[in-house]
Amino acid sequence: MNLSLTRRYRFSASHRLDTPQFSEAENRRVYGKCNNPYGHGHNYALEVTVTGPVDPATGMIANLVELDPFVEQEVIGPFDHKYLNEEIAEFQSLVPTTENVCREIFRRLEKFSAARLERVRIEETSKNSFEIARDN
Amino acid sequence: MIRITRKIEFSAAHFYHNPNLSAEENHRVFGKCNNPRGHGHNYALEVTIAGEPDPTTGMVLDLKELKEILQREVMDRMDHRHLNYEVPELAGLIPTCENIATVIWKLLEPKITSGKLDRIRLYESPDLFVDCTAASTNGAGSRK
Repeated sequence: MNLSLTRRYRFSASHRLDTPQFSEAENRRVYGKCNNPYGHGHNYALEVTVTGPVDPATGMIANLVELDPFVEQEVIGPFDHKYLNEEIAEFQSLVPTTENVCREIFRRLEKFSAARLERVRIEETSKNSFEIARDN
Repeated sequence: MIRITRKIEFSAAHFYHNPNLSAEENHRVFGKCNNPRGHGHNYALEVTIAGEPDPTTGMVLDLKELKEILQREVMDRMDHRHLNYEVPELAGLIPTCENIATVIWKLLEPKITSGKLDRIRLYESPDLFVDCTAASTNGAGSRK
């Protein structure tokens, strides 16, 4: 039997899908309405899954008293109510598709030392979700 | 292989306290979950059974049978109970989602006679859940 713990968070942010590698017309064709130059936004839901042994002293894989402030510091604080293209340094040169947002959030949360980050899943809307799991 | 999932909900009280730690340490480690008067949750439990459908009935496991197992093993034990005091299987354990899910897994696994227990997902709230998966599946949590 294997055990994992998943915590769900929320943040709201705006973004624009546009890459300098395409012409203006190509960007419009590829990204459609997501290319709107003024940007648009989503209520993102973020699921963070960790694995590891259950500490007998706490009965926990990861203590939310530690995990919640870590996720707040690494992701929710920097991302919530922000324009991802301009306010997250990594997206100044990388299209903030939710695929790339998944990767960036995984990279940030991987530093959590009390348990092993297994998976990051993001719902961009209630209809679209994206997930990245640790490579074996 | 087919997976079937049944969901139940139960409500229970608990609090977190480790008698080997000082009062200050308990408060630091467990935060507001350490309130000795306890607090409660509406738990939701998803139970997934994997197997091949029986050629005669077309079922992996009769959901009516699963419903009865879940009533007996989980609802009767935990619904509207205080998990620190009233569930013998949790005695000596801090009733975290991890420990409750592990206890439920051990209670259910031997009772599933048709198909195999594949996963249980225990929600303490919509924003926190634990998955227990059979060692051979590839779901989240199965990787070492």
